[in-house]
Amino acid sequence: MTALLSVRDLVKTFPGRRGRTGRAGPPVRAVDGVSFDLGAGETLGLVGESGCGKSTTGRLVVRLLDPTEGSITLDGQDIGGLGPAGMRPYRKHLQMVFQDPHSSLNPRQTVARIISEPLLVQGASAADARRRAAELMDLVGLVPEQLDRYPHEFSGGQAQRIGIARSLATSPRLVVADEPVSALDVSVQAQVVNLMERLQRELGLAYLFIAHDLSVVKRVCDRVAVMYLGRIVEIGDKHEVYGSPAHPYTRALLSAVPLPDPAAERARERIVLLGDPPSPADPPSGCTFHPRCPKAQERCRTEQPLLRIAGPGTRQAACHFPEA
Amino acid sequence: MSPLLEVRDLKVSFDTPRGTVRAVDGIGFTVEAGRTLGLVGESGSGKSVTSLAVMGLHRGAAVTGSVRLDGRELCGLPERQLNTVRGRRVAMVFQDPLSGLHPFYTVGEQIAEHYRVHFKASRRAGRRRAVEMLAEVGIPEPARRVDDYPHQFSGGMRQRVMIAMALACEPDLLIADEPTTALDVTVQAQILDLIARIQQDRGLGVVMITHDLGVVARVAHEVLVMYAGRAAEQAPVDQLFSHPAHPYTRGLLDSLPRLDDPDDAPLRAIPGNPPSLTAPAPGCAYAPRCARTAGASAAQHARCLAERPALAPAAAPGAAAGRLAACHLPLVPEGARP
Repeated sequence: MTALLSVRDLVKTFPGRRGRTGRAGPPVRAVDGVSFDLGAGETLGLVGESGCGKSTTGRLVVRLLDPTEGSITLDGQDIGGLGPAGMRPYRKHLQMVFQDPHSSLNPRQTVARIISEPLLVQGASAADARRRAAELMDLVGLVPEQLDRYPHEFSGGQAQRIGIARSLATSPRLVVADEPVSALDVSVQAQVVNLMERLQRELGLAYLFIAHDLSVVKRVCDRVAVMYLGRIVEIGDKHEVYGSPAHPYTRALLSAVPLPDPAAERARERIVLLGDPPSPADPPSGCTFHPRCPKAQERCRTEQPLLRIAGPGTRQAACHFPEA
Repeated sequence: MSPLLEVRDLKVSFDTPRGTVRAVDGIGFTVEAGRTLGLVGESGSGKSVTSLAVMGLHRGAAVTGSVRLDGRELCGLPERQLNTVRGRRVAMVFQDPLSGLHPFYTVGEQIAEHYRVHFKASRRAGRRRAVEMLAEVGIPEPARRVDDYPHQFSGGMRQRVMIAMALACEPDLLIADEPTTALDVTVQAQILDLIARIQQDRGLGVVMITHDLGVVARVAHEVLVMYAGRAAEQAPVDQLFSHPAHPYTRGLLDSLPRLDDPDDAPLRAIPGNPPSLTAPAPGCAYAPRCARTAGASAAQHARCLAERPALAPAAAPGAAAGRLAACHLPLVPEGARP
């Protein structure tokens, strides 16, 4: 199978923050050599804690940011180095859904305008764009009669549906969803998750689903990649990764998620990590996880582990001492 | 003996240009020393307003009802007297640790401030107390860090500082309003463990306000589920999760994706959106979204929409004691998820 999206050795550095001396600090490697493939109609979950580079990776893929190094291949075409004009024909295949539904919708535009904007940019006529916007409203479970309303007239869950409708306007093949449900209430989250799953089935969409909530990711993804400090530390089929995590960080992350079941919570063995995730401006030597790792040894302090197959399946982990 | 905290028929309303908002409409609960009450609800359900009202921090709101701490009525107490209780006997930890800390003062000064006011302690004693507290909440090198400013701490460390500040005066009751929501999950686990350890050491009563049912399952002994400013269900934690009586609680549990779920069936979402508080419906606030109301007979359906259910023992045959639900059609244990 050739992948719809293929990312290789992706690196993004940002200039270091200026200190009190006015001199810029060393550049921050927010994304530090990330590679993955995503097939058509598939969902890859990208999980990790704040600052791990998951959102930056998503923004690089849709080319809201320019990669420092590495390649991004969409359908066999390297789009990593294309400028704004070069990207235009590819934009319609690549869309994004953002976390905060209200701040990602222009408060001064009607819903019709918001949803049809991508189509107008792509050269559709106003009448066609409006017709399509009405179809999309229906598709995401909103009433087309509300096309001329403004975003503030909608609840958070409805606003996220509008954001999804906008992302689907150009019939993309890949949607990058950055924390699409984390700003929503629990009772509304499930509606949006179900909607995204239905749309995927009906339209054959591929999702790059970025989230910190491991339970939601388990629910929606086929495969999952766990990021720590700009790198993927484990990637594979979700059943393998969730069922028998190979990287100690994945294990700790999974064991830290509280289960909505008091009896299971009490019975559970929990790995509590010490300290906070380190700053990407000053990453630890060797394996960047070693200062917090319960299994760290001398080698981990000096030698950076590479992703390699761990266990019987196809899952890969970047650890010198993975769990079998 | 009276319980540590006893809240009865608490009502909080705000006058807004769009009408009176009944943010909290008749909530009651008790918290005993050494126990944790989980206050769960979605945004706008009134859980944070409840906690602010308990602390007397409800500026511009009309508050009625009773809040008793060790039998002493706090509701209606003048500010001066409330000030001897706030921070001293009842302390609070908020969601965002950065906005709870003043950027211009060292963490040591901020931790000591409370302590010095309430105990009329010297600057030196206050500083000593701050170092002790930083050590207790697990901040490495407390004697050095005490002179650092909030921006020099990470998010998790700031929340530890907030907890140190809250506990410096040895309060009896801690109100924690979404204390881990802004934190990463591995740091959340550390903070929840820290609160549990301090609770055990000191016999602290805790009110844990959260939207996260996983957090509730981990820390709470009793749970109060709020919906639209009212209690939907009140129960000991095990019963609430194993046999929820209120369809809303059931709906919340069903709509959660779970790590330990083996199957990948679609999530059972609750349809619709939480109701407006400016124009409350006459009946049960949850009725328009409720699957049991929808499936009921026409007469029953009309009753759910017209008549507000009172919080009453969910007295289904076989139901355990100590469980209250505000529902005309409470679930019986047989209907529970296997």
